[in-house]
Amino acid sequence: MRRPVAVAGSAVLLTGLALPLYWMLVASFTPEAELFEAPRLIPSTLSLAHYRALFDARDFWIPIRNSLVVAGATTAVALPVATACAYAIARLPVPGRGVLLSVILAVSMFPQISIVGPLYLILRALRLLNTYPGLVLPYLTFSTPLAVWLLTAFIRRLPRDLEQAAMMDGASRLRAAWDVLLPLAAPGIASTAILTFLYCWNEFLFALSFTLGPERYTVPVSVMLFRSRYRIPWGEVLAATVVASIPVVILVLTCQRRIVAGLSAGASKG
Amino acid sequence: MTNAAHDRRDLPLAVLLMLPALCLVLVVGLVPMAMTVWEALHGRDLRLPWLGRPFVGLANFVEAAGDSRFVDALGHTVAFALASVPIEIALGAALALVMHAAVRARGAIRAAALLPWTIPTVVAALIWRFLFDAQTGVLTRLLQSTGITSAGFDWFVHPLAAWVPIVAADVWKTTPFVAILMLAGLQTIDPSLDDAARMDGAGPLRRFFTITLPLLWPSIVVATAFRVLDALRLFDLAYVMTGGGPGTSTEPLSLYAFAALMQRLRFGYGAALSITVFVLTFAFALIWIRSMGRTLAGERS
Repeated sequence: MRRPVAVAGSAVLLTGLALPLYWMLVASFTPEAELFEAPRLIPSTLSLAHYRALFDARDFWIPIRNSLVVAGATTAVALPVATACAYAIARLPVPGRGVLLSVILAVSMFPQISIVGPLYLILRALRLLNTYPGLVLPYLTFSTPLAVWLLTAFIRRLPRDLEQAAMMDGASRLRAAWDVLLPLAAPGIASTAILTFLYCWNEFLFALSFTLGPERYTVPVSVMLFRSRYRIPWGEVLAATVVASIPVVILVLTCQRRIVAGLSAGASKG
Repeated sequence: MTNAAHDRRDLPLAVLLMLPALCLVLVVGLVPMAMTVWEALHGRDLRLPWLGRPFVGLANFVEAAGDSRFVDALGHTVAFALASVPIEIALGAALALVMHAAVRARGAIRAAALLPWTIPTVVAALIWRFLFDAQTGVLTRLLQSTGITSAGFDWFVHPLAAWVPIVAADVWKTTPFVAILMLAGLQTIDPSLDDAARMDGAGPLRRFFTITLPLLWPSIVVATAFRVLDALRLFDLAYVMTGGGPGTSTEPLSLYAFAALMQRLRFGYGAALSITVFVLTFAFALIWIRSMGRTLAGERS
């Protein structure tokens, strides 16, 4: 009696999760006029019109490039800096380690709205509004502490014996860390890099506040601004959401184990 | 070499390694936060620069206390957290059990579950805005054809109904996150416990409430903390789906603070509003750690 109930429940849950995405995909290939007709689970005609409009008329490559540059650069800066810091916290004698970790976790939890004003003033004073560094710097506020937190959790789980053996053999602490610990920590670093990239790719509030024109809009800001006051061009909007989801889908399909590992590590007690 | 001597020798190295990250956290995190506090105690309006930045003490906070739009936004924020998080925890637990029990197609199920969480919030907002759209929305049509809502019903012009798509989008997007955290908890449960209880004749419900749920409790506490903290900062979904409307009936604190800061350019008042978001999240975090930290420690011992 139990199995059919469980199977039905699972099916409902998984369908509920997948159906909105399926609908986004179908609608993005449906001609605009048909969007207003009765919905069909399997579309009768498919059209690429929305995607053509997206890349010809709207030049959607620009926000994609902007998002890739900003998310990539933030990850590239945050990861080495955070790895060094996490190694020190996890392995070296750091006074007040608990307090330090609490502060780092607290900063990663700062509501973005609470710092958006001063960041705007700082970036304006530095003439960095509407530039790539003007987004990378604010993105470091959440990505650096998050990466330190995750990497500390990962490194703490690794055994110490191998490093100690290398140091017995005469390797310096840094050499042991570089040659022995770093390869072991690689999966954790990969998880952290993926999560950092995802958070930056998805970020909205800072991008909305610190970019001023279409030449620097990131994907979320650009998609949001498709709508005019009276009309939402749903076909194009949904085609854009599909495109915005592609990098994420690729990451999920290729690295889902690493994403799950990162999320679980982030929630473990430090 | 003694341990202490070793420690002393490694301290400069530790400081050196931590310095870049700590500088970043200080400069782009703590300093802006301190500036927000400072701005909140001053009156500054970027549209009226000639007024300068006079010290006004707590005047901005006093103004907020008497501002009905702020009081409403505070209520909306708390109500949103109270409405969405319990659903997410319940569905997340269910999804975790599904993922845990799956024998075949584990990878596919995990991928399907992860996708909503990883796509941008703006994308999730647009998808659900579309599903509930008055003209093209599949859900709107479905609900009308089954007679649950009347013909021509527009979710986004009704002050209370406009919350339904926002909560739905949030539940859809974050249930997988909750499920992943709980899945990690489920995997630590020894299956022999469950088998032993089954041998003794305990039914599935009884086994869930006496074995699975207590062992899952730490994961539930942690997931709830993350979800509430996130819900109290609600911005993206409201901004994209309703813009806070109709009127200001779906406006959370972050959205009102954003309007004051970046649209009306009242930096002092906006800073004061945005600090309330900070205070709200930290008050919750402290209370949660205080009350639940003890439960967690008890569970572990």
